[in-house]
Amino acid sequence: MQTRFSPEQLADSHTRESEKILRSCVHCGFCTATCPTYLLEGDERDSPRGRIYLIKDMLENDKPANTEVVTHIDRCLSCLSCMTTCPSGVHYMHLVDHARAHIEKTYKRPWHDRLIRSMLAAILPYPNRFRLALTLGRLGRPFAPLLAALPGGDRLKAMLSLIPKGGLPQTSSDEPAAIQSSRQVAILGGCAQSVLDPEINAATNRLLARFGIGVVFSPGEGCCGALVHHMGQEDNALGFARRNIDAWWPLIENGLDAIIITASGCGTTIKDYGFMLRDDPSYAQKASRVSALSKDITEYLDTLDLPAAEPKSMVVAYHSACSMQHGQQIKDQPKRLLKNAGFTVRDVPEGHICCGSAGTYNILQPDFATRLRERKIKNIMRTTPDIIAAGNIGCMTQIAQGTDIPILHTALLLDWAYGGPEPTAIRSLS
Amino acid sequence: MSAIAFPAPDNTIIVRRDEIIAGLARLVEPECLVTGDDEMRPFETDALTAYRRMPLAVVLPRSTQEVSAVLRYCHDAGVNVIPRGAGTSLAGGAIPQEDAVVIGISKLNKVLDFNIANRTITVEAGITNLAVSAAVAPEGFFYAPDPSSQLACTIGGNIGMNSGGAHCLKYGVTSNNVLGVKVVLIDGTIIDLGGDAMDVPGLNLLGLMIGSEGQLGIVTEAILRIIPTAEGARPVLFGFDSSEDAGACVAAIIAAGIVPVAMEFMDKPAIEICEAFAKAGYPLDVEAMLIIEVEGSEAEIDASLARIVAIARQHGVRVVKESKSAIETAQIWKGRKSAFGATGRVADYICMDGTIPTGQLPYVLKRMSEIVAGYGLRVANVFHAGDGNLHPLILFNANDPTEQAKAESAGNDILKLCVEVGGCLTGEHGVGIEKRDLMGVQFNAADLNQQLRVRAAFDADWRLNPAKVFPLEGRTS
Ligand SMILES: Cc1cc2nc3c(=O)[nH]c(=O)nc-3n(C[C@H](O)[C@H](O)[C@H](O)COP(=O)(O)OP(=O)(O)OC[C@H]3O[C@@H](n4cnc5c(N)ncnc54)[C@H](O)[C@@H]3O)c2cc1C
Ligand code: SF4
Ligand code: SF4
Ligand code: SF4
Repeated sequence: MQTRFSPEQLADSHTRESEKILRSCVHCGFCTATCPTYLLEGDERDSPRGRIYLIKDMLENDKPANTEVVTHIDRCLSCLSCMTTCPSGVHYMHLVDHARAHIEKTYKRPWHDRLIRSMLAAILPYPNRFRLALTLGRLGRPFAPLLAALPGGDRLKAMLSLIPKGGLPQTSSDEPAAIQSSRQVAILGGCAQSVLDPEINAATNRLLARFGIGVVFSPGEGCCGALVHHMGQEDNALGFARRNIDAWWPLIENGLDAIIITASGCGTTIKDYGFMLRDDPSYAQKASRVSALSKDITEYLDTLDLPAAEPKSMVVAYHSACSMQHGQQIKDQPKRLLKNAGFTVRDVPEGHICCGSAGTYNILQPDFATRLRERKIKNIMRTTPDIIAAGNIGCMTQIAQGTDIPILHTALLLDWAYGGPEPTAIRSLS
Repeated sequence: MSAIAFPAPDNTIIVRRDEIIAGLARLVEPECLVTGDDEMRPFETDALTAYRRMPLAVVLPRSTQEVSAVLRYCHDAGVNVIPRGAGTSLAGGAIPQEDAVVIGISKLNKVLDFNIANRTITVEAGITNLAVSAAVAPEGFFYAPDPSSQLACTIGGNIGMNSGGAHCLKYGVTSNNVLGVKVVLIDGTIIDLGGDAMDVPGLNLLGLMIGSEGQLGIVTEAILRIIPTAEGARPVLFGFDSSEDAGACVAAIIAAGIVPVAMEFMDKPAIEICEAFAKAGYPLDVEAMLIIEVEGSEAEIDASLARIVAIARQHGVRVVKESKSAIETAQIWKGRKSAFGATGRVADYICMDGTIPTGQLPYVLKRMSEIVAGYGLRVANVFHAGDGNLHPLILFNANDPTEQAKAESAGNDILKLCVEVGGCLTGEHGVGIEKRDLMGVQFNAADLNQQLRVRAAFDADWRLNPAKVFPLEGRTS
């Protein structure tokens, strides 16, 4: 497409990057058809091509963001389905990230919107605060109907409904002793997942150890920064990125095979550190190295040539998280691993469409998120599964709200298949 | 860029904007009416992005009744109307104008009825082409016309443009596969044309409606013919050392009376572009490639392929590569169908669309490269060779106005060449604004005048998509 940026505008590295992206879009409209929000609304303003156009207009004319534009950008899930579809290689992710940062800088949200966003940004990335918030939140659940009447109350209600019904799972204590191996990997501890389901990393750890891979944790790391990044808080996001890079760097210098990530949402962001920090001379190189070393657990396991395991009479519906299939283009590996581990794996129809979780989307856009969840669950049920497998905690929490079928992280199923403990959620099945 | 003129906006409409918006607001839900400058921006163009016009307002109705109410209102208030599907027109057919309300049918996207016994499906016109095939696939059927844009374009737009696609060689284009439509006329009247049978008594107004580019009414529903999926299908890639050889091979296959399901041509630049995106295994060391697909039982496929390969050998084919799996077949078609979009990775382009008698392929291919080279530009060719439907993609830099002007001139020269050799200005993309001013090259005044009279019978005031199809001069409404 034609663009109209002045040389002064193009002096800014973000604008330069966005102009390149806009130039590569030929406005063919292919992406509209695979965009979840366009499927729901049939409105081009809620489609990738429409959003690209809104962003183009805002950036070209140095316009501060306004309510109309923000509404449609906010409704974007950042699922990146449009990137998988686009034949022209338009890097929508970097464009929308830029737009979000621009919105954050130039637009004042209504007070309740600001409040909920700062609350999420202040709590979710920090496991201790998050744990506390969940406990308090459970106490608050009876007040949900009251909250719903406040401005933005539908979001508070959505937030409360995401809190796990039972108590929080205990931190797994049976971590295997670190093994010495020529192949060492680090596992991202992350933030929310470590609170909601610590068993995921424990299982990953056992699995890797079983196949002779040494696992190291690095104390300084934490949230990948995706959460605040998607809110347009760029500096904040870069802070998280730098902290993780600092934490991993000594390990990398000692020789690291990979940085293993068990939440694909985080994976997409960490793989983008190299781009995010491209203008920071003291981090640019390290960041690219970290991005290059980052691997989703299934992506890494797939390179190990695992033996075939005993067949099980269990049908697994594999839900491919957007951050997995679109963000990282990891499509077949998880299914291949599960099949090889003895499960009957079924593809979910319309599998390229997001479940509506998308980080904090299900809190900030409860209406769209709920419609997408219902659509997803209907499609999952068509495969008549015993279990649902997924590689992202966000999707797992989201989908679990709408079905009683157990939903498990791929790593848990693999760990079980290769001799680990049977996951509690499916004990009644076998 | 404004080489193609739009009629001067009618100020008597524009000054009434507030009143018109208020009138529309009484007819549809607030979220179906778009009026803010920023929010209307995404509707200012289609896939011919060099041309852009902001509309007066955009309405996205949710039912035939709403379409009818909005059209009646526009008719009574004297407001122009631009029907819009998915906005993938390459001819600028869906580009708005300042004094017009865009009526987008993208919210009308449901399947209404699927009749296996009759082999028909009834859909709302805003459903995408591919969604129709997806809906009937589990029962072993598909909807045959397959524009490369089928993922995104709507049945309404397909009807507007009488769209075709790679597989139309055997199954025909849109007009051969639509059995009936529900149309809302400019005054809001709802009529049904055709039905679920192959023939209907009376004047064939259905035929008139298909390809009418949104100038006779707005289609809100369609009854489509669906076809049982063939037992098997296999594409073969043929690589040639020259485009002329490939062109001659196509002509010879047609002359031998063989009708493959699809016969697609790509030249070297196009092969490189598509292979980079789709990784389909296209040969990179050839000057031109044909994708020829045949279908039927394994034995039938083998038999027709043997004949086709023999002809190709007589025309100097150097690479012959059959698809070995369903995945490979899918990749081969993905590469072809993404050709235009993938071209965006290397340059801006305008995509021409003309038709020639297949016997003229070798000559026209040679002349086209000369024409484009004469303007100092490059061209990538990818097209439906079987029916002589050319799609030269003229590559240029959209941020350079002189290059844009050259690209458009080269395009016009190519279309004139098509007419010169006995072909036609359009193949399947329609006239839109893009080829409006060339209509005089194809038709004489009497021909054009008769078309205008038919048009006036539907829309006497020229409200529907007025800037398109017919040259601005000489309109006598
Ligand atoms: C990458 C790419 C590849 C393409 N490949 C092909 C191809 O292989 N074959 C092909 O034939 N075309 C192709 N096209 C062109 C385009 O996709 C077709 O013309 C398509 O039919 C347009 O459909 P649409 O829904 O986008 O309609 P729009 O672009 O929105 O509208 C097209 C025309 O139809 C009118 N219209 C739309 N809806 C209605 C309605 N409901 N009632 C009455 N009039 C209506 C509009 O006013 C306009 O004149 C391609 C386009 C792109 C971008
Ligand atoms: S598919 Fe790609 S090139 Fe086409 S409109 Fe969408 S982003 Fe632009
Ligand atoms: S990221 Fe997802 S929701 Fe956002 S525009 Fe792309 S496809 Fe649509
Ligand atoms: S996905 Fe990333 S941002 Fe989200 S909770 Fe996990 S570590 Fe934090």
